Amino acid sequence: MSFVKLTTSALAIAAVSATTAAARDQVQVAGSSTVLPYASIVAEAFGENFDFPTPVVESGGSSAGLKRFCEGVGENTIDIANASRAIKDSEIAVCAENGVTDIIEVRIGYDGIVFASDINGNSFEFTPTDWYKALSAEVVVDGEIVANPYTTWDQVNPEFPAQPIQAFVPGTKHGTREVFEDKVILAGCEATGDFEAFKAANGDDKKAAEKACIGLRTDGKSVDIDGDYTETLARIESNKDGIGVFGLAFYENNTNKLQVATMSGITPSTESIATGEYPVSRPLFFYVKKAHIGVIPGLKEFAEFFVADEIAGPDGPLSEYGLVADPKLEDTQSAVADEAVLGGNS
Amino acid sequence: MTDATTSSLPSATPVSGKGSLMQQDARTRKRNAAETRFKAYGIAAITIGMLMLLVLVYNIVSRGTGAFQQTFVTLEVALPAEKLDKNGTRNLDDIKKVSTFGYTPLLRDAFEAKVADKSIETELSGKEMAGILSAGAAAQLRDFVLADPTVIGSTVAFEFLASSRVDGYLKSRVSRDSIANDKNISAEQLDFVDQLTASGAIEKRFNLAFITGADSSDARPEAAGMGVSMMGSLFMMLVVLALALPIGVAASIYLEEFAPKNWLTDIIEVNISNLAAVPSIVFGILGLAVFINYMHLPTSAPLVGGLVLTLMTLPTIIISTRASLKAVPPSIRDAALGVGASKMQSVFHHVLPLAAPGILTGTIIGLAQALGETAPLLLIGMVGFIASNPPDSIASGLLDPNSAMPAQIYEWAKRADPAFYERAWGGIIILLLFLVTMNTIAVILRRRFERRW
Repeated sequence: MSFVKLTTSALAIAAVSATTAAARDQVQVAGSSTVLPYASIVAEAFGENFDFPTPVVESGGSSAGLKRFCEGVGENTIDIANASRAIKDSEIAVCAENGVTDIIEVRIGYDGIVFASDINGNSFEFTPTDWYKALSAEVVVDGEIVANPYTTWDQVNPEFPAQPIQAFVPGTKHGTREVFEDKVILAGCEATGDFEAFKAANGDDKKAAEKACIGLRTDGKSVDIDGDYTETLARIESNKDGIGVFGLAFYENNTNKLQVATMSGITPSTESIATGEYPVSRPLFFYVKKAHIGVIPGLKEFAEFFVADEIAGPDGPLSEYGLVADPKLEDTQSAVADEAVLGGNS
Repeated sequence: MTDATTSSLPSATPVSGKGSLMQQDARTRKRNAAETRFKAYGIAAITIGMLMLLVLVYNIVSRGTGAFQQTFVTLEVALPAEKLDKNGTRNLDDIKKVSTFGYTPLLRDAFEAKVADKSIETELSGKEMAGILSAGAAAQLRDFVLADPTVIGSTVAFEFLASSRVDGYLKSRVSRDSIANDKNISAEQLDFVDQLTASGAIEKRFNLAFITGADSSDARPEAAGMGVSMMGSLFMMLVVLALALPIGVAASIYLEEFAPKNWLTDIIEVNISNLAAVPSIVFGILGLAVFINYMHLPTSAPLVGGLVLTLMTLPTIIISTRASLKAVPPSIRDAALGVGASKMQSVFHHVLPLAAPGILTGTIIGLAQALGETAPLLLIGMVGFIASNPPDSIASGLLDPNSAMPAQIYEWAKRADPAFYERAWGGIIILLLFLVTMNTIAVILRRRFERRW
């Protein structure tokens, strides 16, 4: 039976080659979908300029990426996790439990979060207060905490048109969501003074008050988007009243479909984010497993290349794509060169 | 009924009570009408189905054909030795030290020279003019120089890809209105593109690289291609074929011809049918747990993808193989046994050859199903930015990270730049062509070799 022979030999080849391929020779990256375009641009340039193979970059969200990152040390785990927020203490603890102790944190630059709606719709000039009042699950009306009663934007702020409230915000597995909660919803909560009311209602518990602030309404006015920004864009295209939360780079690639709203009177742009005028921005990071440096070829070179001036600097391809260059890039470069780990002595 | 006929037909012709064949009575008319109605329902159903298919195909083709064409810019680039090889030794290691960023100024100089030469009037700076080129142009220059360092010092004519915005402009996807707020390209740059097009330096034509090339990053959608992911799919299908076909056929032959019919084989049969209905993502989770985390096979490798898809395809193959074995009439087996063949001889010499067309059809349909599958690949790391070079050997094809065609389409569909969206539709066209080819082969095999008794 030549058939059987063929099969057994194919199986044998597969088995043998699987064992010889013990050493993975390309860098594996996963995590934030906001960082993904930047990481893939760097990965591509890295493959072109070095003799190492092009790294593999997967997305999935910051939390999902860090979870995979913390699964352990070894060739079947990823080397780098991209994140659009800083790693949490709880995640560091999970990492440590699984033997991932030395983590190098690399900040690559800043990214703006913008609010955009259909290009032919109404234009908006938001403040954090507007967003808090429109989206929070509970708000204070006449001194009493009630379930959010607002259904149109003009109820939130008389200057707005009477457009139904419909927001598409990133799902909880996205790092962008946390920044949105922190810098917009919570800021609005504090600005309206509702924070104090929640604090009083919860027996002076600050944590509980924060939680009450950032709890978003679940009556369909605020929709969590677990996918990527393309999904948010598709939702806005089908529902012209929708307002979506995007990354600046995504908006800049789709200026023919979206119009951007100002926040506290500032139009988002790489310049206004770099100067810190535009309030809703956040740093982007990637995390490197130090234990993999020297084991996975090209890992350190990739990390250094990522933050090199010609890549992440103000004139580099990442800036061109929409990243706001980090003014303290030099510190990051030397930290990567020294392999300075999180919470380490160096 | 009889009252009616007697009253309507008076004495002239004697009535037998059965009516004439030429003249239908009310009941026959009613039955015929019911038949006509049913035919109309059937035709309506087919028409709706065909209309939906037409809409789908029209959408896919109208959105996707653009991806097969690409805009190219012809440009004469000087390769000065003082920039590319400072020592003048033509030592490859020294030349390699100049990164792609060192090549970018050459493109600016080349455009400035071209403008002066062709006396094109423009107020754009060299950097802005170079902005109409793909971000991959510098890499193309560098690869060319590294492949043959002796070209340093000469001037060479290159064909570069135009940037995705310029390409969109020539495909009427981008207009001066739509780029009003776009910081990636300006109206002046489009004017410049018009001038270059008039002088023949820019042209749009068929782009083979879309079919053969690798994925590219978000900064250069114009360079992305399906080729490498096609190789990934091919290697996965090889693994599926090498594993699922023999295992599936052996299992079905044993179950159908040799196994005793008892509760145990009944349970196995129920489970195989169940397995065929399990959502494919479950196989992905299984693959992650068993093949990657337990057996430590490499992530993102087509080998693992193939193993996962094998699990998915096995039930399909077993079910179709058993059905075609069942279709072989028992008289063939009896005849073989009657002239003294052993059970195994009767199966392998007579039953299996007669069932082969059915088995092959089932296998091809199973493969086509596996080819279009994305969900299980998500979990084993085959969806993402995987721009590996085309595999150079069977081992590298099986083990080096790669994507698959449907995964590549999914990846493109969610990227920010609208140019990727067009490529996603183009990718769907390629995938559909593969599926249509495979299914046609299955139909032809069935038509030509199937025996009916």
